[in-house]
Amino acid sequence: MNILVCISKVPDTTSKIAFTDNNTRFDSNNVQYIVNPSDEWYALVRALEIKEQLGSGKVTIITVGSAEDDAVIRKALAIGADDAVRVNAQAADSFFVAAQIAEHAKTQSYDLVITGKETIDYNNAEVGGMIAELLGWEYITPANKLDLAGDKVRVESELGGEIHVVESPMPVVISAAKGMAEQRIPNMRGIMAARTKPIVLVEPASISPLVSIQQFEMPPAKAGVKLVDPENMDELVRLLHDEAKVI
Amino acid sequence: MSAIVFVEASHGTIKKVGFEGVVYGKLTSSSVTAVVCGEASADQLASLGEYGADKVLHVNQTLSASACVDVISQAAEKEDAKWIIFPFDNTGKAIAPRLSARLKAGLISGALGVPSADGVIKKNVFSGKAIAQMKINTDRKVIAFSPNSVGLQKSGVAAAVESFAPEMKASKIHQVETRKLEGDIPLPEAELVVSAGRGMKGPENWGMVEDLARSLGAATACSRPVADAHWRPHHEHVGQTGVAIRPNLYIAIGISGAIQHLAGVNQSKVIVVINNDPEAPFFKAADYGVVGDAFQVIPKLTEAVKKFKASHN
Ligand SMILES: Cc1cc2nc3c(=O)[nH]c(=O)nc-3n(C[C@H](O)[C@H](O)[C@H](O)COP(=O)(O)OP(=O)(O)OC[C@H]3O[C@@H](n4cnc5c(N)ncnc54)[C@H](O)[C@@H]3O)c2cc1C
Ligand SMILES: Nc1ncnc2c1ncn2[C@@H]1O[C@H](COP(=O)(O)O)[C@@H](O)[C@H]1O
Repeated sequence: MNILVCISKVPDTTSKIAFTDNNTRFDSNNVQYIVNPSDEWYALVRALEIKEQLGSGKVTIITVGSAEDDAVIRKALAIGADDAVRVNAQAADSFFVAAQIAEHAKTQSYDLVITGKETIDYNNAEVGGMIAELLGWEYITPANKLDLAGDKVRVESELGGEIHVVESPMPVVISAAKGMAEQRIPNMRGIMAARTKPIVLVEPASISPLVSIQQFEMPPAKAGVKLVDPENMDELVRLLHDEAKVI
Repeated sequence: MSAIVFVEASHGTIKKVGFEGVVYGKLTSSSVTAVVCGEASADQLASLGEYGADKVLHVNQTLSASACVDVISQAAEKEDAKWIIFPFDNTGKAIAPRLSARLKAGLISGALGVPSADGVIKKNVFSGKAIAQMKINTDRKVIAFSPNSVGLQKSGVAAAVESFAPEMKASKIHQVETRKLEGDIPLPEAELVVSAGRGMKGPENWGMVEDLARSLGAATACSRPVADAHWRPHHEHVGQTGVAIRPNLYIAIGISGAIQHLAGVNQSKVIVVINNDPEAPFFKAADYGVVGDAFQVIPKLTEAVKKFKASHN
């Protein structure tokens, strides 16, 4: 069983978000980068668990990014991925990223491609579905549980107050969400081993992005909190009705 | 210019976000076709017209996500649609990216409102800490709008409904079973949410949180340590690593307001924070705050809500 896990690099949530060049570019000064949480905690760890359960197979990670991304790739290798592919290009938009990943997947024989459900920087939730379409595979999102069931995968998705359990033949693309696995902290052996694991560099296919970012802006500032006397909850209810108009 | 709007119908009804999609379409284009996938009542189908649909195409059967991609791409051809509109919910996320890749039509997910005159579409990025102004470079454009970003408004009359039978490939995915999650109101779609954190001390104290939620007709949610400790079911965990929600009202009780928690809730329209520590960081993100002991405040608030409801019915 060969599993491809799509990994992206995102600013740590505690990073200060700022922009440069007339608010057209994200300011990466002093920003600490991490592996996108749903890629690391859910997609990668579950792929490793499946491999361990089978006692065979391979888990490959792929990133579309520049040499700066090698640090987060090493982190994912330290957690246990066998090898890595980096498509050597800036991620221009989701379609560009998905098309690069699909091009690579076409040259290999993966049974499963797993992405995170969304990245915490651009919050798109797009790449997984696009990869599936470009490969002509089925797509399941959000996947809160993933198990093998014979030669199929069995996936549970939380949708509108219900849990939908489905089975799909492979190959299939799955977008991983909470519940699928628990975070794994890399140990010293993993970190040492990661240093010598291969990162294969692939040159990008020529793909035009379909969307572009013109500029960034900051959200309107909150007016500030209005404090209500804890003894006077009628007043809070009145404010929520008359002023905020939410009840 | 024409738009088609994907409208999901399930268990015989169309959700609010389906009507909102039609409003979004009307604000974007002069002619709007709603494509309804799933069983829905004749009344509901016709009432899409009141929200702006000029025409309703109805596929009267439960469809897989792959079949929906087939349906919408054929409807887009048939109507020569410039805009294709989805809600940015779980169903939209399963379909819109595939459609975008199939038609090579640029997609913007999580749009906050309709495009400006020069085609700029805004969306939240960095979990609501910034907004990106985006453009779609292709002629045909796909949008997945954030629920509640344009709201509901009526502008038209009942629409004519046509049944629609495009070609659909059979999905290889097989439904095994469907189970209901605990809780009456599904969290991702809830308009009102009551959420509590470690300040509640233990699972035995959640009765009062549930009472408050029930009095409001709200869904319940919790912080991550609460779900990790199994005080509450995992699907209630909101935040960066749980679900991200965007209700009209988010009441946070005994939650400190860590950045990872805020990342999943700070796009709520109105935030109320109840915390006994006046220095709790959550107050900085709140619209209304109550500095007090949750165990005293919650029952009082529940009473006040009940009194209000009784006098407004
Ligand atoms: C990578 C990463 C991802 C994370 N993802 C998430 C996530 O998705 N969601 C999430 O929630 N957290 C997440 N966390 C954890 C987050 O950092 C916080 O630790 C967590 O949100 C704290 O939960 P809490 O506010 O319930 O508990 P605490 O921080 O312990 O806060 C309890 C609050 O209750 C108040 N309180 C105590 N007693 C009372 C009382 N009697 N009445 C009123 N108030 C009272 C206290 O003043 C305090 O503010 C993540 C952390 C990391 C590192
Ligand atoms: N540059 C990238 N390289 C590899 N995978 C990516 C990249 N960007 C996004 N992904 C994957 O696609 C998922 C969804 O991302 P997005 O559609 O951008 O929200 C992420 O969780 C990753 O698994």
